[in-house]
Amino acid sequence: MISVLRLESLSVERGGRVLFRELSARVSAGEAMAVIGANGAGKTSLLRAIAGLLRPLKGEIVFEGWADASDARRSACHLVGHQDGLKGGRTAREELLFQSRWLGAGEEAALTAAARFGVSRQLGLEVRRLSAGQRRRLALARLVAAPRPLWLLDEPLAPLDQAGRALVGELMAAHLAGGGLILAAAHDPLPVPARILEIGA
Amino acid sequence: MSELGILARREVSLAWGRGGGPLLAVGFLAAAVTLIPLALGPAPGRLAGVAVGVVWVVLALASLLSLERLFERDFDDGALDLLALGRLPLEATCAVKCLASWLANGASLALAAPLAAIALGAPARTAPIVCITAALGGVAFAFVGGLGASLALASRRGGALMAVIVLPLLIPPAIFAGAAIDAWSAGLEWRTGLSLLTAYALAAAALGPFAMAAGCRNALG
Repeated sequence: MISVLRLESLSVERGGRVLFRELSARVSAGEAMAVIGANGAGKTSLLRAIAGLLRPLKGEIVFEGWADASDARRSACHLVGHQDGLKGGRTAREELLFQSRWLGAGEEAALTAAARFGVSRQLGLEVRRLSAGQRRRLALARLVAAPRPLWLLDEPLAPLDQAGRALVGELMAAHLAGGGLILAAAHDPLPVPARILEIGA
Repeated sequence: MSELGILARREVSLAWGRGGGPLLAVGFLAAAVTLIPLALGPAPGRLAGVAVGVVWVVLALASLLSLERLFERDFDDGALDLLALGRLPLEATCAVKCLASWLANGASLALAAPLAAIALGAPARTAPIVCITAALGGVAFAFVGGLGASLALASRRGGALMAVIVLPLLIPPAIFAGAAIDAWSAGLEWRTGLSLLTAYALAAAALGPFAMAAGCRNALG
């Protein structure tokens, strides 16, 4: 369980350029926060820094409820971005099962999650044959298959159709109601009530 | 199933399937073995003398061929993010990737190497030692090559880096294997060369993953 995610005067640099300085924010359990900003403002870098993939130049990221940040990242955090890690040459089923199991879910949970996202019928296809929307649904399925409190989502809605967006909205609302936290980089408004964090302003 | 098993299954299946899998490495070996006699001209004695050495050089190059991209695809499609965030330490993840690559490419090459050597005119009784040294050397190649591949991720001229960093590290195993094979053919004590080769392979397998994990973290951050 993560009770609060705190960003304390965070500065992040990418390729020799400082994207943002002294960014502070807090997200409590049950809250969603939308990260907005122009293209290249550093939304993705912020999410990667929280996930521990990118070392911030300065500042601290605190997962309250966890003594060790790297344990929190390994066990309590999901990161889904446009680079979804799905291998084009393998079947959707193989990739779904690998990602879910890797994150600690069982086969049944993974298949149930795929059904929830409406991609059960596509599981036999190679990932490269899926449409962008179906592919995103497959990637998002791991959120449901392996429940973890913190969701870091990079443009989760972009390729989804209306029904897909509504579905993600329902799942987000259920996640928040269960005490989860969501931090999503998005240009469109999130389908759940969310506070706004603007970066690069 | 533990994370280790889950990852090993995926990596082996990717290594067998990816870009033709072991077919690429074995095909390279076959092509080289076909071309070399044509280039050297029709003097059987000349070829037989260098057959084993030539096969070993080709083995080293064939392994590099498949290892150069060990991390690249996972890096490009975001799978490396997922792997780096897993419960398994990144060091272990890297080791599993190298071992899976060895199982697919290294082991196939080790089986094909004696055939290639005999085809070039090496005496048939060298077959066992060629196979053993190729298998052990393959382990060293896999971990050293993986190291190069992880360093190449973050740099724009990855190919040049591979040549500068990895090729020198392939020299010791080539020397040790050559010594073992020579001694075996001459009926001398061959265990010394083989022990050194084993030691080198084990050292590469023990130390390589730490360097690889650091290389991957550097590329991701």
